[in-house]
Amino acid sequence: MTAILDTEQTQKASATPPTKLPPSRLLLIDVLSVGSSGLRSRKMRTALSALGIMIGIAAMVGVLGLSESSQADLRKQIEALGTNLLTVSPGSGFGGGDGVLPEEAAAKISRIGPVEITADVVTLEQSVLRNNLVNANETSGLSVVAADENLLSTLNGALSAGIWLDEATAATPNVVLGSVAAERHGIIDVSGGIQLYIGDEWFTVIGILEPFPLAADLDRSVLIGQPVASELFEVELNPSIVYVRTDPSFVDDVRAVLPATADPATPEEVEASRPSELLETQNAIEDSFTNLFLGLGAVSLLVGGVGIANVMVIAVIERRNEIGLRRALGATRAHIRRQFLTESLLLSLIGGIGGVALGIFVTWIYARSQGWDVVVPTLAVVGGMVAALAIGGVAGLYPAMRAARLAPTEALRAA
Amino acid sequence: MTSAGLPAALELIDVVKEYPGLPPVRALDGVSVRIDPGELLAIVGPSGSGKSTMLNVMGTLDLPTSGSVQIDGREVSNFSERKLSAVRSHLIGFVFQSFFLLDGITAVDNVANGLLYSGVSSRIRRQRAAAALETVGLSHRLNHVPNQMSGGERQRVAIARAIVNEPSIILADEPTGNLDTASSETVMGLLRDLNDAGSTIVVITHDKDVAAALPRQVAFRDGRVELDSALAGAR
Repeated sequence: MTAILDTEQTQKASATPPTKLPPSRLLLIDVLSVGSSGLRSRKMRTALSALGIMIGIAAMVGVLGLSESSQADLRKQIEALGTNLLTVSPGSGFGGGDGVLPEEAAAKISRIGPVEITADVVTLEQSVLRNNLVNANETSGLSVVAADENLLSTLNGALSAGIWLDEATAATPNVVLGSVAAERHGIIDVSGGIQLYIGDEWFTVIGILEPFPLAADLDRSVLIGQPVASELFEVELNPSIVYVRTDPSFVDDVRAVLPATADPATPEEVEASRPSELLETQNAIEDSFTNLFLGLGAVSLLVGGVGIANVMVIAVIERRNEIGLRRALGATRAHIRRQFLTESLLLSLIGGIGGVALGIFVTWIYARSQGWDVVVPTLAVVGGMVAALAIGGVAGLYPAMRAARLAPTEALRAA
Repeated sequence: MTSAGLPAALELIDVVKEYPGLPPVRALDGVSVRIDPGELLAIVGPSGSGKSTMLNVMGTLDLPTSGSVQIDGREVSNFSERKLSAVRSHLIGFVFQSFFLLDGITAVDNVANGLLYSGVSSRIRRQRAAAALETVGLSHRLNHVPNQMSGGERQRVAIARAIVNEPSIILADEPTGNLDTASSETVMGLLRDLNDAGSTIVVITHDKDVAAALPRQVAFRDGRVELDSALAGAR
């Protein structure tokens, strides 16, 4: 009748002494197709049971992505500031009076070993006017500051136009504008030799500063040289604030000795602070929220895992006959176990991929709306996939063992 | 039909199968049956006579409590689970009353599953499945899924799956139990044709008419062979 049957007979005749029987084998590629067959034939159930894992993974990836994106933004600010910047200012002493820093505070501080550079500024009581005709009260909320020539390098500041004060320009009536100050006066370049009326004197605008992320007060100031300030306005140059840049490994040590160095007579009236600490506090607060949401994500992962285990147990019961048939076709227990474990792993893999994609999408949308750079940590993506697969493996283990343990005669019994 | 030089396709010697219980249930009670290559026979008996247990023991789905089971010259009663799976994969073809085709896949894929656990590549499995479907007269149904086929056609797909691995013996458990008269006749005719072409086939049935139409009948009652027409004829 057919060729197969003829060969069967000849084979049988030649096989009189029984040859060794090759073992049952399931090719690796067939493990995948067998393992996915149940998922392919029940697409709706597959989608719904993968959804639990997907939501969990999306929550974790999203939370980690968002927290990473916002921290990257903060880190960017901190980096701009530098964590090794300290400020010294006269605090309110025990007596409640306004403390005053000695004139030589900055010079003394710069003699501390690890201090790299210092710069002090002195806030003056003068007003800044566009010219000598306007009302002296219309200062636009700007203050006048006598700044050390080191200020720009101490604060890692930059100019958007013109030049910074040097020894020569600091001794003559020249002024550099903070970014907000320049904006208030509508000055965007320094080419025209623009003059401002400060106190009773005319000053020439020689430069405009970029914003200082760590010293926002300076943005609302106009800066003149200390020599010209003491000469024209006859003031004592007691620093309002001393900016100190230190070796990054000795920040805390330097900070500890700053009060006594700046004002040995009344060190308790000196306040030494670290601007970058504020931002770090902000970071820590966000961290605790992140942990809360990660916890919620973990709970939904757990629920998703239980869902997968549940669906797999049902699948094993429903597909008893299929298991029996496969055993009759030559599948070993290991083949059956592998089939259901693969199915469970594929289910969680679908959930994991969907979850990572959703998590990245959510991060992208939110980070964009906040103007942050989108940062999706590799750890979250890899960790999300690993977590999904681990959950799928654990959830599938019991159903797969149960399927494998099923006796073929039991499994073949008509439902 | 007895071919003296060859080993039996399947031979049971004094097989006992007991199921635990109080008292234990003795489903097979000292059964000896020899089936030679190329035979077509019926194992017939009422329900509870032990014929289902016979199917399980002959098909290595279950091991006997005592006695010997030889398939194609191999003593299998002491085989491990893994080796029994290999026996089923290479030496035995099953046909079931309710077909047990997988719903979501085509006829040719269902038939190819008969070779799934033999380590043959998917391309060759499908080639041989197509040939087997041609043998059962369903080459026009290769890509139909079970739901698009009649009961008789589904059973023929199942028979194609049983022969695709060129087994030593085909075990058909009530193959016509779920079919109408016309389909039953087609299926039984197909089994006879396969037997004419050399296949060894055992039909397990409770239907005396189905059994009577086959060359040999082994009748069971209460776990014992009540009548073996081959031995009766010899006497």
